[in-house]
Amino acid sequence: MIRAAAPTPTAVKTASLLSMENISKRFPGVLANDCVSFDVRAGEVHALLGENGAGKTTLMNILYGLYSPDEGEVRLSGELVNFRSPKDAMNRGIGLVAQHFHLARRHTVAENIALGLKGTPFLFPVRELSERIRKLGQKYGLAVDPNARVWQLSPGEQQRVEILKALIQGAKILILDEPTSVLTPQEAESLFKVLEQMKAEGEAVIFISHKLDEVMTIAERVTVLRKGAVVGMLEKKGASPSQLAQLMMGRKVTPLRQKSKPPLEKAALSLNDVWVRNSRGVEALKGVSLEIRQGEILGVAGVAGNGQGELIEALTGLHQPHRGTISLKGKDVTTLSAKGLFEAGVAHIPEDRNHMGIVPSMSVAENLVLRQYRYAPFARGEMLDWKEVTRFADTSIKDYEVATPSKDTLARLLSGGNVQKLILARELSGDPKLVVAAHPTYGLDVSAAALTHNLLLRQRERGAGVLLVSEDLDELLKLADRIAVLFAGKLMGIVDAETADREQLGLMMAGVEQGLGDRGRGSESV
Amino acid sequence: MDVGLIVSTIARALAFSTPLLWAALGEIYAERAGVVNLGVEGMMILGAVMGFIVGQSTGSPWLGLLVAAGVGGLAALLHAFISITLRANQYVSGLAITIFGLGLSGLLGRNFVGVPLNNAMGFVNLPGLSSLPIIGPALFTNQYLLTYLGLIVAALLWFVLYYTRLGMTLRTVGESPVAADVAGINVIRVRYLAVVFGGVMAGIAGAYLSLAYRPSWGENMTNGMGWIALALAIFALWDPLRAVGAAFLFGAFFTLSFSLQSVFNPQLLTLMPYVFTIVALIIVALGKGGRAFGAPEALGQPYERGER
Amino acid sequence: MLERFGYRLEPRVNPPGHIVFLITLAAVAIALFLTGVLFAVFGVNPFQAYGTILNKTLFNFRGFTEVVRKAIPLILAGVGLVLAFRAQFWNIGAEGQILAGAVAASGFALFVPLPPFLMIPAMFLAGFIAGGLWGFLPALLKVRLGVNEIITTLMMNYIALYIVRWLINGPWKGQSTTGFSYSEKFERAFWLPTLGTTRLHWPTLAIGILLALFVTFLLARMKLGFEIRIMGESPNAARYAGINFFKTTMLLILFSAGAAGLAGVGEVAGIHHRLVEPNSISLGYGYTAIIVALLARGNPLAAIGSGLFLGWVFASGDIMRVSLGIPSQMTGVVSGLILLCIICAEPFMRYRLVRGSSPPLSQTETEVA
Repeated sequence: MIRAAAPTPTAVKTASLLSMENISKRFPGVLANDCVSFDVRAGEVHALLGENGAGKTTLMNILYGLYSPDEGEVRLSGELVNFRSPKDAMNRGIGLVAQHFHLARRHTVAENIALGLKGTPFLFPVRELSERIRKLGQKYGLAVDPNARVWQLSPGEQQRVEILKALIQGAKILILDEPTSVLTPQEAESLFKVLEQMKAEGEAVIFISHKLDEVMTIAERVTVLRKGAVVGMLEKKGASPSQLAQLMMGRKVTPLRQKSKPPLEKAALSLNDVWVRNSRGVEALKGVSLEIRQGEILGVAGVAGNGQGELIEALTGLHQPHRGTISLKGKDVTTLSAKGLFEAGVAHIPEDRNHMGIVPSMSVAENLVLRQYRYAPFARGEMLDWKEVTRFADTSIKDYEVATPSKDTLARLLSGGNVQKLILARELSGDPKLVVAAHPTYGLDVSAAALTHNLLLRQRERGAGVLLVSEDLDELLKLADRIAVLFAGKLMGIVDAETADREQLGLMMAGVEQGLGDRGRGSESV
Repeated sequence: MDVGLIVSTIARALAFSTPLLWAALGEIYAERAGVVNLGVEGMMILGAVMGFIVGQSTGSPWLGLLVAAGVGGLAALLHAFISITLRANQYVSGLAITIFGLGLSGLLGRNFVGVPLNNAMGFVNLPGLSSLPIIGPALFTNQYLLTYLGLIVAALLWFVLYYTRLGMTLRTVGESPVAADVAGINVIRVRYLAVVFGGVMAGIAGAYLSLAYRPSWGENMTNGMGWIALALAIFALWDPLRAVGAAFLFGAFFTLSFSLQSVFNPQLLTLMPYVFTIVALIIVALGKGGRAFGAPEALGQPYERGER
Repeated sequence: MLERFGYRLEPRVNPPGHIVFLITLAAVAIALFLTGVLFAVFGVNPFQAYGTILNKTLFNFRGFTEVVRKAIPLILAGVGLVLAFRAQFWNIGAEGQILAGAVAASGFALFVPLPPFLMIPAMFLAGFIAGGLWGFLPALLKVRLGVNEIITTLMMNYIALYIVRWLINGPWKGQSTTGFSYSEKFERAFWLPTLGTTRLHWPTLAIGILLALFVTFLLARMKLGFEIRIMGESPNAARYAGINFFKTTMLLILFSAGAAGLAGVGEVAGIHHRLVEPNSISLGYGYTAIIVALLARGNPLAAIGSGLFLGWVFASGDIMRVSLGIPSQMTGVVSGLILLCIICAEPFMRYRLVRGSSPPLSQTETEVA
């Protein structure tokens, strides 16, 4: 493990608004933070960079009083502090905007901000606050209606509520945990403007991310975490993206594009003017027409919530379009159920691995036949043939290298990567015609992600169509033949992956239609 | 239509709805904090029996009422401990308390069965208002004090729930305990208080039956009213003012089932309120007004810090 | 707090079977201990009380048959509830489903002309179907509208109760000399055979044991059982697996509520031989069956054991009343205590006491952000 030179202790302490020294934290089975030191100064954005599982969120949860460290100290302006609860941290001027918002959805914006705020009156708690919210929103460019109910707001607006909440509570140090995961590139730019404004006002910002380019844009300093330990701290001036990438990955990373044969001209799947309503009755997919060819990986990009979920549900039978048709290799499958589509040859790698892809309290073997238990050889009439199931389980575990003590182990005891392997073993066993993969490498470690990619490529080799929905543009650019972009339920465009550029994709993801002539115009902030 | 029938129906419905309202209000607060209390029936019956015993022995029904409230609260404390601290299945916990409560109450009250209360809570006639035509006898004559108190408490609880910080805190705990925790609210303490409050209200509801409405004691005298109060809380969409209307509606139905006995068969009528409860639940389920109305999001889920 | 003594609570990932069994046993033992305390409160020596009870229930042939007799409906309804709980269907309506079965059986016995050798099987079949139908509405409402089944099944209990009362006071009113209401007595040939001179109607018991075996088989080896388990353990995964919630739930309720219906048949055809006051038929068996099912922890065969145990509690209730002068409501109190102790014991199964303050690092990865 490389450790870049740590900053000299005394010089840093006096200049830092916050410093965390030698913080260690353990959970059952894992060392989440290993002797981590980190500090931040007023008027600075200090980024915390690392992959999923590197320990960034744990560190910030310690800072925010949600966990207490097993070892190490936290100091504010040189003074030793010990936060027992988020309230302690808030009182000392630390605000957290978490990745998953802590908002009560049925409350109004003002009510959410009023929560835990000192000085909130007992009667009519939100009256005065609403005015303050409006003013502060104007000042920082974070406008939002105090009387709107949170469930009515978009993720970007909800994030503004969280930021306003932290600011109104007097945060001098703002922690943003993966803030752009719910934003379009244009919304992210707005956020960066807000952060510049905060820097000017003397706020300190801790920016947690796994996205290199953002960190390079906004941060003065970058601390890189890998597997719970600090592997380097760089000043923006001297740092290069490949340096940071190297620290993050631990080895030289060259983006590979492994491609062999081109896709066939025949369609594996085609959607024709498909309209899907979501669970609230709102149109979530509007007149989408596209085609996935046999032997092709079609990537679907777009910030979550723009119809990807509904697209996946329509293709896997969990939800039916009320208009339009879906054909699988020429056969109309529009009205088929989940069972029907599976039988027709559609494999589904679900986004929610643990609550949909497996039954956590059932065994590995049972989970391996979760979808095919009805058919021969696993079923004879009304009864299940456990011998066949066992045989299948043994083979699958071996072939896919699922690390499990036995096939009777409960699935919830498996790590994320192995759960995904289980799901892949099951879904890919039937030689599917179409593989629908929803965020398949989310939360997986590097080797599990690589295995997943290889399996998807192998499906492509054997002539299946693959629909890959992902928020990771790098993943899409690496694997897909073509990339489609969804915005607000509409298909904005499909581009060839080899020639695509990120800015163009970013614009499409933000709803700007792309004709060929617009390419010279540059991005316009919304 | 006979005016007299309408007037007496309204009056009786009001009286009958009182225990339903008290118990439902308590349950609304408990569920708004995120905890389901299936022990309402048990707490009501314990309140009824203890209220009666104390009322009979001391001669003061109001003292009985106080004790009943305390007993309900105590049983609720047990439920809170099991479902909040031990994080056991809260549905089963409530059910256990009901079974236990029904048995225990029968045990405690076995010497008092059928004994009329010496000094019951009497009627109250609101001066001036009771002499108004039609609504006078309907609403303001010969009701129990607890009935009017119930209405006042309902209004108070409604105000607190929506227009005070306390109510906001309570609602937050039930909608998003995580948000509450992060804001520094003690989720555990709020839930405990809400559940105990629910028990106190249920105890009072039971005492109303044995000390005022039917001043006597009989085994199982609540006859499933606790369950109906539970359904009421849902039917009222967890809103205290709506609960007043809903309780009155159910009360009216019960009353009509008695007064129309000459026209319809008694047993078949007595089961109508239970049928109506099911119908009410169906109506609520069908008319789900999207996200605006609905159960508190965290209802029925134990809160464990660290589960994010 | 525990750290001070050098101990720590660690969540147990997968409680081993023997731990579950031992802790359940301990919970029951504590409940029985507290019952002993209650005996003392009533001025009865607990040791003497338990001694008398054990003597008359276990060491006495007639007494023992009474225990088994009381266990029959508990086993039947309990097995049905084990199945329902596996699917997270909280069927609190066994009480009403028992009555539904009783009504169907009585209806056949009193009004349908059938030769004796057909009548008894017909009564059981009718009772099974009637019980299943009684659970049909709550199941339908749950699957189609998401209505909470706890309240709906409960309401059906009260509706059943009043329907039975209406029948025995109205259309099915029989000749009564005692002032109580009940229907006509069934023909002697329609009475279930009993064991010797006892009141143990063994055909129902046989059906109960067969049902337990069948449900075990269903859960372990049949497609429907697999689907029920998935539905109960992860509804999302069930959707993903393409399980037909409606069909599965309806079949589930047919068996679960039908089992309770069979219990009702047993009670009227085997004991009362007429349709009587509902509280005398069901005696709280429906609610107690919930305790039977919870004690069985998802295992239908274990429900035979827990059914016998609760049957013993009921039989002891009679002994307590007759020989010890302790009022009959004691049974409700004891049942409630047992239930309370079992659920309080749950956390002990989920956590375990470990020495030391830091957990040892193990080989398995855990995802932590």
